[in-house]
Amino acid sequence: MNIVVCVKQVPDTWAEKRLSADDKTVDREGVDGVMNELDEYAVEEALRIKEASGGEVTVLTMGPDKSVETIRKALSMGADKAVHLVDAGLHGSDALATSYAMAKALGTIEHDLVIMGVESTDARMSVLPAMLAERLGASQLTFARKVEVGSGTVKIERQTDTGYDVVEAATPAVVSVVEKINEPRYPSFKGIMAAKKKPLTTLSLGDAGIEADKVGFAGSGTEVAEFSPRPPKQAGQIVKDEGDGGVKLAEFLASQKFV
Amino acid sequence: MAEVLVLVEHVDGAPKKVTFELLTLARSLGEPAAVFIGNGFDNAKDKLAEYGAAKIYVAGDGDLDGYLVAPKAEVLAQIVSSSSPAAVLIPSSPEGKEIAGRLAVKIDSGVVTDAVGVEDGFVAKQSIFGGAINVAAKVTKGTPIITVRPNSTAPEPSPAQPTEEQVTASISDAAKSAKVLDRVTEKKGGRPELTEAAIVVSGGRGLGDGSNFSLIEKLADTLGAAVGASRAATDAGWYPHTNQVGQTGKTVSPQLYMAVGISGAIQHRAGMQTSKTIIAINKDPEAPIFELVDFGVVGDLFNVVPQLTEEIEKRK
Repeated sequence: MNIVVCVKQVPDTWAEKRLSADDKTVDREGVDGVMNELDEYAVEEALRIKEASGGEVTVLTMGPDKSVETIRKALSMGADKAVHLVDAGLHGSDALATSYAMAKALGTIEHDLVIMGVESTDARMSVLPAMLAERLGASQLTFARKVEVGSGTVKIERQTDTGYDVVEAATPAVVSVVEKINEPRYPSFKGIMAAKKKPLTTLSLGDAGIEADKVGFAGSGTEVAEFSPRPPKQAGQIVKDEGDGGVKLAEFLASQKFV
Repeated sequence: MAEVLVLVEHVDGAPKKVTFELLTLARSLGEPAAVFIGNGFDNAKDKLAEYGAAKIYVAGDGDLDGYLVAPKAEVLAQIVSSSSPAAVLIPSSPEGKEIAGRLAVKIDSGVVTDAVGVEDGFVAKQSIFGGAINVAAKVTKGTPIITVRPNSTAPEPSPAQPTEEQVTASISDAAKSAKVLDRVTEKKGGRPELTEAAIVVSGGRGLGDGSNFSLIEKLADTLGAAVGASRAATDAGWYPHTNQVGQTGKTVSPQLYMAVGISGAIQHRAGMQTSKTIIAINKDPEAPIFELVDFGVVGDLFNVVPQLTEEIEKRK
């Protein structure tokens, strides 16, 4: 089974995330980039499927030049090759434009399965897997906490608020995975060395057959009209427990009509 | 006035609270029209009227419940193309967001997710990066599709006599590719759902052991609250991962959020910072969670929590 695992480079979890004042996009210059944590589970799942049933794992990312760091990480974990969709014309793409561009890039890679994290930790929309399934005409198997690959079919446990749904579909399929579906491996030294020699293909808009007016700011269906830092919260009341902390808290709750 | 479609989120027909919130919001933006997809419409009808739906589109084909989200997006796309609404409002649940995404592709429109408010001109208010930045976003292409977080608007009844329109949806085979074979409910207590709850009580590392979550559950139950957990607690296996509040877990925005034994690392704050009232109990006075609180108690949770639970019981 040939698998494409989609990864995204995002600002480090611990970094203070900002929007750039110029064009209101996520400021990726001033902060360290890391692989979106939820995509690590996707890479691991893809590798496990490959190890169990063969095939090839290709990493796909869309993003600026420095996203290559994230590609290297996925390759050093064990993916076979990588495709980097990188073009200045992509800057400013929203979900509508990104899903279009990613679907086009996926069209250049032979695959049975696309695997990705349920959302990125910067945009946090969790719409891209469903949008890719829609664009590709592939089965949607999202929010997977368990993935079982059969012959020509994939069965998942889809996490819900109250438990899980068992969902099955034929390939090709787009699978998104939730945290804790597995324990992602750390790249070994051997893996890191091997990654340097693995094939990395760079795609421009033209290479992927992407129409320039359907991506970037012009091709997006949304815009950030304005943004501002959240006003600082008024300092709250803090009391030290002198044996009556619980009572004082109950009094506060009563004053706010919660009890 | 132009129609504003509201997708009804329901369990066997019974609408979730967020549906009433969206109908209330839609009334301020245009003429609210509910879209009901699936079985059990009889359980929804009166409630949708009570919250002011001027019209209800009903796609009650029994075939729709056995598949993942794709058929719902198809139905919605058909209604959008025949009724040309001013906008489509969808609850910001995992499923709602997926439907919104697929709809956006189908009708080539922009989609904004996780709005905490929608103002004139369908300007969506968002709170991003863990609540650090407020954003006003607009759809610039097609019909605005906006998913709205639960607890963004107080639901207010406004009885109406809705007209009903049966929608016979033609569902493509492609949309039926992902079949739901089974729906499994894992230990569901009587507690409200985390993202919908008006009050959330969360426990973290300070609890020291999974068995001590009983303290949190007991407090939650006296308040009719949902139970959340920090990542430290779910990683340690003390509480199910589905209850994790934070950057890699759920985002909640309840009226009242209580953080017990949680230091308030950025990972956690990203999931709860927009809560209306925040309370913390922590033994470390330097814990960053205290920067967010309306009321904080510096002390041993094993003393404070039982006393608080008892005191609330007394006041009931």
